[in-house]
Amino acid sequence: MKRIKVLGSGCRNCEITAKVISQAAAEAGIEIELEKVTDIAEIMGYGVMSTPGVVVDGVVVHSGGVPGPELARAWVQG
Amino acid sequence: MSDPFAWLGDVIAYSLFGLSPDSATGSALQFFVMDVAKIFALLVIVIYLMGLLRAMVSPERVREFVRGRPDWQARGMAVGLGAVTPFCSCSSVPLFIGFVEAGIPLGVTFSFLIASPMINEVAAVLLIGILGWKLALLYIAAGLVVAWFGGIIMQRFKPERWVEDYVWKIQMGQAAAQRPDTSLRGRHRFAVAEVKEILRRIWKWVFIGIGTGALFHGFVPTQWVVDNLGDGQWLAVPGAVLVGIPLYSNATGVIPVAEAMLGKGVAVGTVLALMMSIAALSVPEMLILRKVIRWQALALFAGVLGVSFVLVGWTFNLIA
Repeated sequence: MKRIKVLGSGCRNCEITAKVISQAAAEAGIEIELEKVTDIAEIMGYGVMSTPGVVVDGVVVHSGGVPGPELARAWVQG
Repeated sequence: MSDPFAWLGDVIAYSLFGLSPDSATGSALQFFVMDVAKIFALLVIVIYLMGLLRAMVSPERVREFVRGRPDWQARGMAVGLGAVTPFCSCSSVPLFIGFVEAGIPLGVTFSFLIASPMINEVAAVLLIGILGWKLALLYIAAGLVVAWFGGIIMQRFKPERWVEDYVWKIQMGQAAAQRPDTSLRGRHRFAVAEVKEILRRIWKWVFIGIGTGALFHGFVPTQWVVDNLGDGQWLAVPGAVLVGIPLYSNATGVIPVAEAMLGKGVAVGTVLALMMSIAALSVPEMLILRKVIRWQALALFAGVLGVSFVLVGWTFNLIA
């Protein structure tokens, strides 16, 4: 199962990003583990400065904006 | 009529609604329609083109550019990149921490934090389109100067002692650089996403700005403006800065207000001081920064900027 983390200190865009990803997973019928990371130290630990960021299985795949649905689909299917 | 946006405003306000151009409501509505059409058209075009060129610079890249350089070079880069980076106040905390972690002096970080909300390429194009070359250049030059010296003055007060302790302890990881999709389709998709994203973030500021500008344009008597806010009214400048501190708007939203004020004869320096104060100094931004620095540093930051804007305003009123 893919472990996806959304990095962001609770801003609106981070919420939207989490929603986009869980929606993509639901549409593809894939179960994922989605976690919201709000601790700034942990976010910076990933080297991300512009939130929201997305981490798939420990690798930063995106930062600095709400991802498009195609991107989210690619992440959940990997 | 040569200006299609003014023509559209005329048609809607005077023909469709049957208002008189001499009435306050009529001229306010004409201004509102004209500016909504003009500003949103310009915004879409400019943001799309910037997105196509991928001209937006991410904070991660700014950090890499600025780190490890001698002070003046770092500051020059911070001010210059701050001016081309559209800034979302939601990323000011990670940005601040990232700069501290990279060993970038706090004064340089402050220079970036001053330049970034005040100047960006989208605002620059709108300034040129709506207020003309001369005022656009004045605004940008004044903003760069304030950012440069504001950071230097902040550094003098040794703001390091006011940084929250946890900030020093954060270790930043190295994110692998993401390769952008540089095919034409990828660029187009990115540009469209960028237009949507930025418009969603700023549209309400732009509307509020245009609304305020329209009310000012329609309802404030020119004679009152000339008497109270025109040339030679020295106190109008600090007044404008004080009014601007609690108010916040995106740099784009300030432009229609400035347009209306200049049209009524408010002195140029007074308008510039108000614009800068609204765009660069705001209570929400301060509250966000409070997570990384104590209030002493914030008070100093507000003080340094406030005084700088007053000086900018007076200088331009004197030479204008």
